[in-house]
Amino acid sequence: MSGGEVTSLERVKKALSGAQPDRIPVVLPLTMHGAREVGLPIREYFAKPENVAEGQLRLHRRYGSDALTNFHYAALELEAWGGEALFREDGPANAGAPLVRRLEEVAKLEPPKVADCPCLGRVLEATRMLRQRVGGDVPILGLVVSPFSLPALQLGFERYLQLLCERDDLLPRLLSVNEEYSVEWANAQVAAGVDAIGYYDPVCSATIIPPEMFRGTGQGAAERTLSRIRAPAVTLVGAGRCLPIIDGLARTGTRGLLVGPAEELREVKAATSGKLALLGDLNSVEMRRWDHARVEAEVKRAISAAGPGGGFILCDGSGEVPWQVPEEVLLAIVEAGKRWGRYPLDWIERA
Amino acid sequence: MLALEQGRFELEKALLSLDRLSARELMRNASAAHAPAALAEALIAPTLEHLGAAWQQGTVALSQVYMAGRICEELVDEFFPKDAAERRAGPRMAITVLEDHHELGKRIVYSLLRASGFECADYRRQTVAECSARVAGEGIELLLVSTLMLPSALKVRSLRERLAAVGCGAKIAVGGAPFRLDSELWKEVGADATGATASDALALAARFSAEGAR
Ligand code: B12
Repeated sequence: MSGGEVTSLERVKKALSGAQPDRIPVVLPLTMHGAREVGLPIREYFAKPENVAEGQLRLHRRYGSDALTNFHYAALELEAWGGEALFREDGPANAGAPLVRRLEEVAKLEPPKVADCPCLGRVLEATRMLRQRVGGDVPILGLVVSPFSLPALQLGFERYLQLLCERDDLLPRLLSVNEEYSVEWANAQVAAGVDAIGYYDPVCSATIIPPEMFRGTGQGAAERTLSRIRAPAVTLVGAGRCLPIIDGLARTGTRGLLVGPAEELREVKAATSGKLALLGDLNSVEMRRWDHARVEAEVKRAISAAGPGGGFILCDGSGEVPWQVPEEVLLAIVEAGKRWGRYPLDWIERA
Repeated sequence: MLALEQGRFELEKALLSLDRLSARELMRNASAAHAPAALAEALIAPTLEHLGAAWQQGTVALSQVYMAGRICEELVDEFFPKDAAERRAGPRMAITVLEDHHELGKRIVYSLLRASGFECADYRRQTVAECSARVAGEGIELLLVSTLMLPSALKVRSLRERLAAVGCGAKIAVGGAPFRLDSELWKEVGADATGATASDALALAARFSAEGAR
């Protein structure tokens, strides 16, 4: 910290603890966009840790987000279990064929060791390089797909819904195997230098399963997993609904929640005040088309809904900005976020 | 029709609690008094539409919509005759996931259509080129496109252009997460219609069959 200047790390930490920093941190989760920065196709970009470290640094220089990320793509975790990631030129990689074709086969799944997975090793190496090059002032955010949402990739989503609805006798073992893996994977990222972990758990949202099912399944998995992860975690529900399960989420030990456009940020703030920090909630699918005026209106809306009192990070509402969002929009978001997010936010009362 | 209306309530209850036995019992009783087409139109379809609307409002979860569709499909296979003459009249329809690796949305729409008595070809995953050739070649009147990823949703624009280039006037109805999250996207990519929930496909099928007949 030089000359009393607040660093991004301090700012983000304060917001995550529910307090009020100098201004609301602005975090743009940019991942594959690094490929554009270094002039490589997305697949090649993610094949080498030095590309990702360089890409993240250039993204940081260009946009000035208050955090960097080591997140590559979710399907990487299927690769770790022996599956495949399918790349495309214009968006994130997707998961290939599931590992399990008959429900009974989940009994045979064995967790991979992190050290045995070259794909995870590349992420760890990129994290170490990034940490070294960026120093200690900017937080790096890691990510794990939750043990409860990972089966959507391991089994395919349809088969997983069948398991949840009709063969929940198979769930305890599946969760315990996945929990071992997720905890090891998250802690390896912490050891490599990430400051916080995004706990990616979209299947738990009330959009996907009924709240009572969450209470008996995903909530416990999150409690057990997060209690063993040696860094603060933030839960991402992939733009699903979370108000009906908000108390359960708060009990999992998560520090914060990423809110998407499916719910009113103001309502979520009222329901979580003092319990969870909030991140969100700019609509990442829509923002591709926003002009300056719209960016400004959206940023001001989000800040006035969740900024007062602290505990808020301005971010997109899903945890990943699409490839198609133009540079001008991203620059405008950061600029408006920094301008309107300075505490005490007295423009809100005047408005 | 009073009995069928009462039946909707009970069917919904059975579907939400995954009570296959009660759902079958109800169908057995109802099919003694009503023709399959009437059952599809006045019992199953409205029940599934009601569940779809509840999902959109946030009172029912996707897992419940999915299981309801599956159970109704089983009922249709058990109680309805296999031959198409007994099926409901609708446009010539096909459904595809366009350059996307996620089939669940398509699977749900397809099973709701079948359970409600409509015929629909399943094209599975296709590229724009494959899909446009098949739609034109098979005289499809309404193509349903389901996508989960934004880049796939944006491909609908080139599908529209290709269909126009070969003079195929098939209507395109789109759905899936990107279209739900951005309510203007369907117009931007040149689709003819969109639906926010799987059961909206039932109304779309009815709408385009009426328009086609005109
Ligand atoms: C659960 C979830 C996950 C889970 C499981 C995903 C899966 N299916 O395999 C996990 C954790 C694995 C995941 C991972 C990812 N996800 Co995700 N995920 C979601 C979430 C919450 C639900 C997706 C889902 O499957 N829903 C079930 C389907 C059936 O719903 P649906 O498509 O909306 O369909 C319904 C209706 O729309 C309608 N419908 C569908 N088609 C049609 C067609 C017609 C004609 C009609 C009328 C109706 C209709 O019927 C259905 C039932 O009513 C969404 C956000 C959201 N709230 O929707 C994000 C979302 C789909 N994910 C997204 C992304 C980006 C990803 C990743 C690529 C992230 C990454 N960088 O790795 C990965 C991809 C992983 C993979 N599969 O390869 C984005 C996609 C948009 C985009 N930016 O391109 C979304 C929209 C989140 C967001 N706002 O950004 N995800």
